Amino acid sequence: MSRKPRLHIPPAPARPGADPDFSYIDIVEAGSVPRPDPHTRLREIPNSLIFDMVRVLDDAHAPVGPWDPQLDPEELQAGLRFMLETRLYDDHMLRMHRQGKISFYMKSRGEEAVSVAAAMALRPGDMLFPSYRNQGLQISRGRNLADLMNQCLSNSADMCKGRQMPIMYHWRRGNIFSISGNLTTQYPQAVGWAMAAAIKGEDDIAASWIGEGSSAEADFHHAMTFAAVYMAPVVLNIVNNQYAISTFQGTAGGERRPFAARGPGYGIPGIRVDGNDFLAVYAATTWAAERARAGTGPTLIEHVTYRVDAHSTSDDPSRYRSKAEPQAWPLGDPVERLKAHMIKFGQWSESRHEALVAEITEQVASAWEEACSYGTMAEGPFLDKNELFEDVYRDMPTHLIQQREQMLEVDRWGEEN
Amino acid sequence: MPRMNMVQALNSAMDIMLDRDQNVVLIGQDIGYFGGVFRCTDGLQRKYGEHRVIDAPIAEGGIVGSAIGMGVNGLRPVAEIQFADYIYPGCDQIISELARLRYRTAGDFYAPVTIRTPCGGGIRGGQTHSQSPEGIFTHLCGVKVVMPSNPYDAKGLLIAAIEDDDPVIFFEPKRIYNGPFDGEPDKPAVPWSNHEKGEVPSDYYTIPIGRADVVREGEEVTMLCYGTMVHVCLAAAQAMDVDAEVIDLRTLSPLDVETIRQSVEKTGRCVVVHEATRFSGYGAELAATVQETCFYSLEAPILRVTGWDTPYPHAFEWDYFPTKKRVSKALEDVLELA
Ligand SMILES: Cc1ncc(C[n+]2csc(CCOP(=O)(O)OP(=O)(O)O)c2C)c(N)n1
Ligand SMILES: [Mg+2]
Repeated sequence: MSRKPRLHIPPAPARPGADPDFSYIDIVEAGSVPRPDPHTRLREIPNSLIFDMVRVLDDAHAPVGPWDPQLDPEELQAGLRFMLETRLYDDHMLRMHRQGKISFYMKSRGEEAVSVAAAMALRPGDMLFPSYRNQGLQISRGRNLADLMNQCLSNSADMCKGRQMPIMYHWRRGNIFSISGNLTTQYPQAVGWAMAAAIKGEDDIAASWIGEGSSAEADFHHAMTFAAVYMAPVVLNIVNNQYAISTFQGTAGGERRPFAARGPGYGIPGIRVDGNDFLAVYAATTWAAERARAGTGPTLIEHVTYRVDAHSTSDDPSRYRSKAEPQAWPLGDPVERLKAHMIKFGQWSESRHEALVAEITEQVASAWEEACSYGTMAEGPFLDKNELFEDVYRDMPTHLIQQREQMLEVDRWGEEN
Repeated sequence: MPRMNMVQALNSAMDIMLDRDQNVVLIGQDIGYFGGVFRCTDGLQRKYGEHRVIDAPIAEGGIVGSAIGMGVNGLRPVAEIQFADYIYPGCDQIISELARLRYRTAGDFYAPVTIRTPCGGGIRGGQTHSQSPEGIFTHLCGVKVVMPSNPYDAKGLLIAAIEDDDPVIFFEPKRIYNGPFDGEPDKPAVPWSNHEKGEVPSDYYTIPIGRADVVREGEEVTMLCYGTMVHVCLAAAQAMDVDAEVIDLRTLSPLDVETIRQSVEKTGRCVVVHEATRFSGYGAELAATVQETCFYSLEAPILRVTGWDTPYPHAFEWDYFPTKKRVSKALEDVLELA
């Protein structure tokens, strides 16, 4: 046997043409992971929280085990509604991209529970630092769909005033921070926000989300270190949807250890959770939020989920993964699972579901109509182009006033020539 | 002769170098199996193996830092940063390490790393897919900075960059990957296949780093430009019927001052054009150099056409971008000034 080092390249599970293979994902039975008291010291938290998987819904859609958050029917219905709104919003926006109405889009299909259940488990005053695949946070906090659409259209009502690509939303009043195109930057920022809450003695906490691919960035390490050192009241989420564009989660370092296992190395408890189980995500977030709010410290949550659709409208996954993968994903679909659970306990029915889908479809269509009344890419009303120079600084410096004048001069010159 | 777009020409350069030199390795996000988000490394992993065309984790600091280590250990790494807008997490490794390694070790250590990265706007990419950060890197001492404007140059310059023992940052203007763009957004896109610089030999050749190219000769005004702006300048000169000399710098650092001097001494006027923002931008260096070397030949102030001093916007891209209209007006202005 050779004793020389050999560069290891993490193998991908199923390239195009191969049969899907999710055997690398360790899935334990629902209800099998113990739920320690949230204020348990790190060294007493069992390793099963990071190596097994917190799951509540069993294969027959019944809630089992100590993590069952015991939500009432109204809360479940709200969760289902927000997940469906997210999904139907995504579907609509993808269609609008195909029709050339928006320049870019990113869907979150299959990952709706990760955002919706977390938003519902947190308080409205808690500050959220999302990635670009967390539209469910906005929707669960009651954001008007038209507001999100306005941003994607860069129209006269765009909260970014045309300065960001589609989906880079923010919502100051809703306590949702600005989405950056630069991966992982929000992670240490969330920790800093939480440190400020601790400095000020307030009990609002922060939460942030990154993809598993993004956990390779140095900002992940910065966030974890600062969160651990200062026991910052923050919930740090890694959404492990198995892919970072074309690269499999092994390329990000997930091959031999779950991402949740990174927590304890920093002195932060980790939880590996079934990200397609609405109740499990809700329960894990509640546990982490309780720790943070009581000053016990930060938590790292890995959500095991699957990116069902393309990375973005610029991507074609059939080039790098088996087309059959989405159907073979072993943790199912978050919407279908919650729906089945509610039906099983008589809190929901197929006909109510159909009616809800129809209602939301109508809601999305009328939101689109409203958004278009504020302008589209092709038709006004447009933003005022002088806005281009606003907000670089609080007060516009002289050189920008001059450049704005030069821009208008070019227009006048263009009309004369 | 084969016809290639810029993506194919770059691919050909890397293919040739992987074949000629066992020490050449590629590393970057999505560059292996997938072949890169712009497909510049398409097919290369299949041909040369996973150990030589390596998919990297999403960590630009890790990509540059490990490329330095590989370079110190005898390899010749070509790192891809997926978008120039994402190079910043790699900046400590570039600025403090890559650029200075040779100097601080008196030549005992060096890292012959090439960093390829798509840059520039015109694709509705907003602030995180449109930036032109070349001026940050031309300000460094110890890295060379290159930006081609066509497939033929792209291939020859990339081979030269990979063979160079000094680190090279190789900017690829993504707006012209598939065809030249003359700064008129409403005109239909044209492919490289009809352009003379789309004729690219399939074999090895190099274009020396440090040499500009006079792409249009003229007597009235010198236009200094690179990347996408070369095509915009040519289109503006033609539209305005101005006898302009257009210089494609190709290498931004070290700069071919001699070619610039000869031109401006002849024309007496100069317009500098780049997509990057203006204040403290690379154009300021060009204007200062022209002023220092050609002061007594100048008949008018040197003008700059650049991106405005704001972050790159999503809306109003064509008011921000140095379009043919903006460059044309500058030509008129510089000729009226006396
Ligand atoms: C600093 C930085 N590097 C690279 C990119 C390009 N990029 C955008 S998304 C992405 C993949 C991210 O994957 P992951 O973190 O797993 O999130 P997911 O898309 O799966 O939700 C990459 C490489 C970027 N936006 N920022
Ligand atoms: Mg991912």
